[in-house]
Amino acid sequence: MSTTYRHEMPGGATWSATVPAGRSITITALGPDANASLLLFAADRLDRLNLPDTLKAQMSACVRPPMTLMSDRGLALASVTHSTLAWHDCLTGFGHEAHLARFAPTSYQVERNDWRRPARSELLLELAKYGLGEADLHGCVNLFTKVAIADDTAASLAWQAGHTVAGDTVTLRTEVDLLVVLSTAQHPLATFDHPVAGVEVAVGPAAPVAADDPSIAFRDETARSLEMSRRVLA
Amino acid sequence: MTATIDDTIRIDTVVGAGDGALLELPAGATLRIVDLHGNQAVDTLLYDAHDVNNRYSAFDTVREQGAVYLTTGSRLLSTRLDELAVISDDTCGRHDTIGGACAQESNVIRYGEHTRHQHACRQTFLRYGAPAGIGQRQLGHNINFFMNVPVQPDGALKFDDGLSGPGKYVELRASRDLLVLISNCPQLNNPCNGWDPTPVRLIGRWA
Repeated sequence: MSTTYRHEMPGGATWSATVPAGRSITITALGPDANASLLLFAADRLDRLNLPDTLKAQMSACVRPPMTLMSDRGLALASVTHSTLAWHDCLTGFGHEAHLARFAPTSYQVERNDWRRPARSELLLELAKYGLGEADLHGCVNLFTKVAIADDTAASLAWQAGHTVAGDTVTLRTEVDLLVVLSTAQHPLATFDHPVAGVEVAVGPAAPVAADDPSIAFRDETARSLEMSRRVLA
Repeated sequence: MTATIDDTIRIDTVVGAGDGALLELPAGATLRIVDLHGNQAVDTLLYDAHDVNNRYSAFDTVREQGAVYLTTGSRLLSTRLDELAVISDDTCGRHDTIGGACAQESNVIRYGEHTRHQHACRQTFLRYGAPAGIGQRQLGHNINFFMNVPVQPDGALKFDDGLSGPGKYVELRASRDLLVLISNCPQLNNPCNGWDPTPVRLIGRWA
């Protein structure tokens, strides 16, 4: 079966799907400065994305290909197989109601479905559909966002305007059965005051993991994480 | 000579190499963590004592202070943006909060299958957290006091020798009633504690 399912998410939306192992998920920015906050859960919903483990095992402070995204229990949940961008933020989390205070207030009464809501409260609603709650929220990857790290004594952070343009993509390969949760709410450090861009999500079959897969070749740690996922499926 | 007793000291305990602790601190209390031998990593999680789902959030803390490293003045925020504690004193100067805690499973990924049955911080967190209802779902991303994980402008990460030394300390002032869950890291595979885990002293003070 080679059907690809395509779904367009407007900015400021939240969406989730269960995606089996061996699928390719390509997310495409539909406009400049898009942001898609990603949470991942394994099939049991208890084992989840662990960004500190992901980062320290692959010696990176951002997400980029061909890293794998690792779980609390040491599985590669997904591999970042391709991206037009070499930096996806994973240090600065998602926005709260407090972050909307810097913009003019919006309401459903006036803006209808364009009213602003923060990622955190929308993600909690999405998680509730699976019986999950606040305890299950974990550090997210902010796809398409770069928050630059300064070479100073505090390692100061600065959100980068213009990092993403329409058409930028990132592709994940699911390594185990997953619950994938995405929010396209504006990044909490973004400085602009206009509607945030949406993304397209395309889910289709992925090629099998070849022996010369870039993620296997990347680092011993990355190869071991894929091996652990292969054992789960065996 | 007159002996003076400091009756504000309510906790004074040594956590052995690789062991852990669960402490209750009332709002306004301070907790000093002393690196007795130097070069020790102290993995720490903070919880609102009245609601363990209102817990320390590394990435909310990093974003709201606009910087990666923790030191004096850093406000330690919860997943609801509540201030749990402030770093009120620090003779080390830099602490990590993005490197996370070692686990049996992550040790296998990082170092190989031979490390699967070594002691790991996540085991310590689960053991000491259980009586307070802190389980797998409540284990968020922690602070590593005294650990040095430099981030580079090009997005690279590395583990450096610690900046700590014998007797250096960090002090937290609780902004609300807290549970503090500590794993005195047993890691034997990287220089976070100089390949030689050593004890730390915990001194809690309140009137």
